[in-house]
Amino acid sequence: MESTVIRPRKVFSLKDVKELWQYRELLYFFSWRDLKVRYKQTAIGIIWVILQPFVTMVVFSVFFGQLAGMPSDGVPYPIFVYTGLLFWHFFSGALSETASSLVGNQAIITKVYFPRLILPISSVVTKFIDFLLGATILVAMMIYYGYTPYLSGLLIIPLLLIITFFAASGLGMFLSALNVKYRDVRYVLPFFIQILLFVTPVIYPASIAGRYSWILALNPMTGVVQTARAALLGATSINWILLLISAIACFMLLIIGVVYFKKVERYFADII
Amino acid sequence: MRNNTRNKENSEPIIEVRNLGKKYDISHMRGGYVALRDVIANVFRNPFSFAKHKAKQAVGLEKKEEFWALKDVNFNVQRGEVVGVIGANGAGKSTLLKILSQITPPTTGEIILRGRVGSLLEVGTGFHPELTGRENIFLNGAILGMKKAEIEKKFDRIVEFAGIEKFLDTPVKRYSSGMYVRLAFSVAAHMEPDILLVDEVLAVGDAEFQKKCLGKMDEITKKEGRTILFVSHNMGAIQTLCQRCVLLEKGKVVKEGKTSEVISFYTTPKEKSEVVTLKEINKDAAITKIWLTDTQDEEKVQAIEMGSDIFLNLEYRIEKDLPAMDIAALISKDGLSILNSFDIDMDENFKYNRKPGLFETRVKLPTSIFKEGTYIIEIKIGTNRNISDPNATIKFEIINRKIDLTNKSYHKNRPGFLYQNLEWQTKKI
Repeated sequence: MESTVIRPRKVFSLKDVKELWQYRELLYFFSWRDLKVRYKQTAIGIIWVILQPFVTMVVFSVFFGQLAGMPSDGVPYPIFVYTGLLFWHFFSGALSETASSLVGNQAIITKVYFPRLILPISSVVTKFIDFLLGATILVAMMIYYGYTPYLSGLLIIPLLLIITFFAASGLGMFLSALNVKYRDVRYVLPFFIQILLFVTPVIYPASIAGRYSWILALNPMTGVVQTARAALLGATSINWILLLISAIACFMLLIIGVVYFKKVERYFADII
Repeated sequence: MRNNTRNKENSEPIIEVRNLGKKYDISHMRGGYVALRDVIANVFRNPFSFAKHKAKQAVGLEKKEEFWALKDVNFNVQRGEVVGVIGANGAGKSTLLKILSQITPPTTGEIILRGRVGSLLEVGTGFHPELTGRENIFLNGAILGMKKAEIEKKFDRIVEFAGIEKFLDTPVKRYSSGMYVRLAFSVAAHMEPDILLVDEVLAVGDAEFQKKCLGKMDEITKKEGRTILFVSHNMGAIQTLCQRCVLLEKGKVVKEGKTSEVISFYTTPKEKSEVVTLKEINKDAAITKIWLTDTQDEEKVQAIEMGSDIFLNLEYRIEKDLPAMDIAALISKDGLSILNSFDIDMDENFKYNRKPGLFETRVKLPTSIFKEGTYIIEIKIGTNRNISDPNATIKFEIINRKIDLTNKSYHKNRPGFLYQNLEWQTKKI
């Protein structure tokens, strides 16, 4: 027989992790719902998921690759930019989804108890599915351009995904919790994401920053994008220091996100 | 946390609420949400006062406007009991359920729940209009805390109870509202927790379905021995379902015990009327006292239950022979006159040749046809020279604690003053 004690609560504890695990099915159902519902009553449905990064890649290739002649570490620009875009879309999409995840589920939050952390995490999971679909285009492009990734390169991809996942979750938790109190977040976020795109080496190679590239690496996506290109396309060799800085930055984001989220979580139902 | 001592478990109450309190800061609630801009602007405009304010807050010197939705609430619920929670709007019933279902944390005190908790504060929480009935059963079930395997096992029973077999693969946005509610309740009814917390969910749906729901809840407790905490305004439902009741008033438990006792305590108006006593001014005739009594035991009252009449009692003094005089009582609500009555309506001759003396008069007002609300009675004495006293008024309240008015034409938020069931006769032509 389980028994619950309800007391004035304050901090994050191991109990929260256990609880998240208990509610993993709900996490699945929320992600499943978002995927199911998203493209209802659209003509081409799920193709949108692939179309968005693909069209962005074409536009960037024309303007930055062809017209502006952006350097691309000796790799054809379309595949160079698509590798970056794929991870970038995962991150930025997850960020904007998570930020509105609590406010969007207001009706449920005020009526039912479940670990609230599930909502932002499930939004990131949804975007991860999008990533997998988008990755098929990358595979097609790699075959087209004749790139065979090294086995060691493939092994590092899961690590990159974990970094992206937790960086987006951490920042997303922070933003979603902030959004409950200050709805300004939804107006600020689009600008923030746009600016973030320019300080992430998606359109350009990190080498452009020269010896200051470690500053760029404070943005966890820098390490991720740069390493992905090195691993999949062999554009450069893997810069482990850059990756380490990004991993640490990601970890910090996650800590800040979880701590802030847990701190304000108890007021969600009262002020949302 | 697991409790392995089974014997102990059965003797211990399944719900223990100790010194529970929930405080809201009024300022918190007023604005809805704050714009970051205002906070930042405030910091820059008055950095000093902002710092002082924060410091005071930290030290606890600043007096914020506080509101205790619940304070020092204590009660126990034994295994297998069905306990009703009743009280007027704003008494703290919903807050109590929200704390019990962990939606919002308490400010003080603690609750021990010895079992799996299912809360039903609303039917159809998390239903997505775009998803089909089948999909929503799974989604809603998961939100209510059921495991996927569990939902699969109960799926057929849920569908059967709701009676929506044919529409299982239709998006619920195309459901009629009745079907929607039936499906939603059906999922919730199959939760099978040890402790079920139910808010006013039965206010929705048609009468037949409400009966079905009540039947289901009865079955849950009688056959399966589950514990239910049930909040409702529907005294009928409370009476049939609950053996015991807790009465909340302004965030406190004012009475706890057998359902019939608590309900009668709750529905008997407690406020004794102050008799309006008026100073005798040097006038030919003047009202000296006004009070109201109920029609049964003639006790003084200020509030009556909707559907009952009230007596208006007056005492007045006439100082000298008056060729003509009458007394008028005008009942109004929200500044609009509803009913005017003279003491000479029955016999016009009563108006003439009034002799001096102290008189007491009494009239039954047909308040049983009035809706809920606050009414004002103004008393006037009319002679050839107008003698009126602006203080000669008394207020009374018509309250409803028994009848469920949802969807009724005479709901207090609808237009009109009267509470009347009219016979609508409809035939097909």
